[in-house]
Amino acid sequence: MIAGIDIGSRSMELVLLDDGNIVSQRTLPTTFDPVAQLRKLLADVAPERCMATGYGRELVREAGLPCPVDTVTEIKAHATGAHALHPEAVTVLDIGGQDTKAISLSKAGKVLKFEMNDRCAAGTGKFLEYTAAVFQIPVEEFGEYALMGENAPVINSMCTVFAETEATSLMARGTRPEDIALGLHMSIARRTVNMLRRVGGKLPVAFVGGVARNPCMTSLLRQLLKADGPDLLTPEAPEMTGALGAAMLA
Amino acid sequence: MSESAYREMWEKLDLDLAAHDGLLEVLGKFYGDIYLSQKGRLNGAEYLDFVLSEVHGLRIKELQDAKAQGKKVIGTFCVFVPEELSLAADAVQVGLCSGADAGKELAEEIVPRNTCALIKSFIGFKLAKLCPFTESCDMIVGETTCDGKKKAYETFGEHVDNMYVMEVPQRKEASDRELWKSEVLRFKDSLEELTGVEITAERLKEGIRIVNEKRRALQRLNALRAAVPTPISGRDVLLVNQISFYDDPVRFTENINKLCDEIEERIAASEGVVPEGTPRVMLSGCPMAVPNWKLPWLIESSGAVIVGEESCIGTRNSRDLVDESGETLEEMLDNIADRYMKIDCACFTPNDERPQNVESMARELDVDGVIQYALMFCQPYTHESIKLDRRLSEAEIPVLGIETDYSMEDAEQLKTRVEAFLEMM
Ligand code: SF4
Ligand code: SF4
Repeated sequence: MIAGIDIGSRSMELVLLDDGNIVSQRTLPTTFDPVAQLRKLLADVAPERCMATGYGRELVREAGLPCPVDTVTEIKAHATGAHALHPEAVTVLDIGGQDTKAISLSKAGKVLKFEMNDRCAAGTGKFLEYTAAVFQIPVEEFGEYALMGENAPVINSMCTVFAETEATSLMARGTRPEDIALGLHMSIARRTVNMLRRVGGKLPVAFVGGVARNPCMTSLLRQLLKADGPDLLTPEAPEMTGALGAAMLA
Repeated sequence: MSESAYREMWEKLDLDLAAHDGLLEVLGKFYGDIYLSQKGRLNGAEYLDFVLSEVHGLRIKELQDAKAQGKKVIGTFCVFVPEELSLAADAVQVGLCSGADAGKELAEEIVPRNTCALIKSFIGFKLAKLCPFTESCDMIVGETTCDGKKKAYETFGEHVDNMYVMEVPQRKEASDRELWKSEVLRFKDSLEELTGVEITAERLKEGIRIVNEKRRALQRLNALRAAVPTPISGRDVLLVNQISFYDDPVRFTENINKLCDEIEERIAASEGVVPEGTPRVMLSGCPMAVPNWKLPWLIESSGAVIVGEESCIGTRNSRDLVDESGETLEEMLDNIADRYMKIDCACFTPNDERPQNVESMARELDVDGVIQYALMFCQPYTHESIKLDRRLSEAEIPVLGIETDYSMEDAEQLKTRVEAFLEMM
């Protein structure tokens, strides 16, 4: 059995492969004690080797697991995972808790070019989490909620903190909250599309990472990319893509 | 010289001793981590270690001694200031470009926050009284290159009483060459006035020779380092380039040639600092002033080796020589003007030479990829980075763009990018 572990800022994922087949996949929040969480994640399994990826990949190496641990960047891990799930995709978009990446792939799944957001959280899952809190809506439901919006006001701020201020002042002016929510989603979608264009932006795109579960984001991206059905692909468990890719590279 | 004599000297230069101690401590620690920890380093690197350890000590003492003998010290920020002329006027020329964050808050009080780290650094060093070089200068030469620098010199000039600004043209037409030539002449006159030394043909010939020799030594080093397996780390070559701006040029040339002799032996024995097959990376973009070693260190600790720096603290400063055939003063001044007009700084428009130079350098060095380095808020180089990205991609040379500053807070993110770039190769 081989393990792929993806440690992000918000959650960690584990995918176990046996003979190339997924036998288990699970996730836990990262919290302030990632090493303890990691032990919990691996409590009842004994993989022969493990590949770690994500922002906390070095932690896994240092955690003293009873099997050899190697590391790979989240770029390559996501590219590998996404290519395995959607071999037709030539671009990968991953929106995770802390960063967003756009990757262009060769037909064979090799990374050709990539872009990542810089040190700030603008345009990442964090942005949605932060702004959802302003609406007192769980982030998991924020996309559904935003889909009820009809006229998205333009949110100019890319900065998470300023966007929140902008949202609050729109509320004060009586703009429908669903519309504001839609506007917030739109601001990330636009930024994301720019990033995709910088790597070529070819279709089909595999949209992975936790935010791919957000129906408003997928719908806005389809709209902006002019991508119908098979041009924007999302796996069933999009947040597992990095861990899956890592396991395949182990 | 003893530590206490140095302290006395720093005190005389009106440095903020406590803050200066702090700076030296950080610098020493950083140097230890990034340089001294390297394995299989060349013996000749001792020269680099020595110069760096004495950067604020012995070298400053030398400057003070030179001043006591009546020599003048000229501080510069850009490779456009002709050192040949300073040497011909019996002056010492040193680079003041600073690569550390110290003094940033103070700088942000007098220049906009969205100014590049390099500018904030030289302003910050002045305001925080940290730089013994700046304090030793009899004349500080700025230049009209990017807008950030141009305007910053106005403000900087309020804090020093010896600011001089050279006008560097923005295009390369015949009229620009004429303007530049007149600026070279004006600089010559100002040097003569400052030093009381007449720049004769004989003196200038010698100045040209000395600076050319320095550039030849750097060219030799750049040619040798291209060998496989790589005989010297990119970090060390960057340091050599950085030191070329403040050590005595004759001593520097001698030591770098010795270093090159040693590298030749290594190459003959097929010895390298990294195994054959290590990904070869070239850096391209903004200058990296001492002690800005962050990116090279991240790259080389991620398993690649840097084999070229296309930057002013790199090949842009050593690629072209001044034609030595001039006999009359006028011919020599023309040759100097011509040589400097070849500089392919991103401040020029158009600047078609640079993409060509970057591409051919990448091919000659047979690199696996180019990492473009731009300081945040640097308009000229970030603009060119987009163009270069396209050009290199078309030439199927992998390219990664990095925008950063001197702080360490983005080190992890940068490392991920660099590692992912290396995985692509
Ligand atoms: S990059 Fe341009 S402005 Fe800066 S030192 Fe080089 S030539 Fe001068
Ligand atoms: S790095 Fe860019 S912005 Fe900064 S001084 Fe040099 S050219 Fe100007």
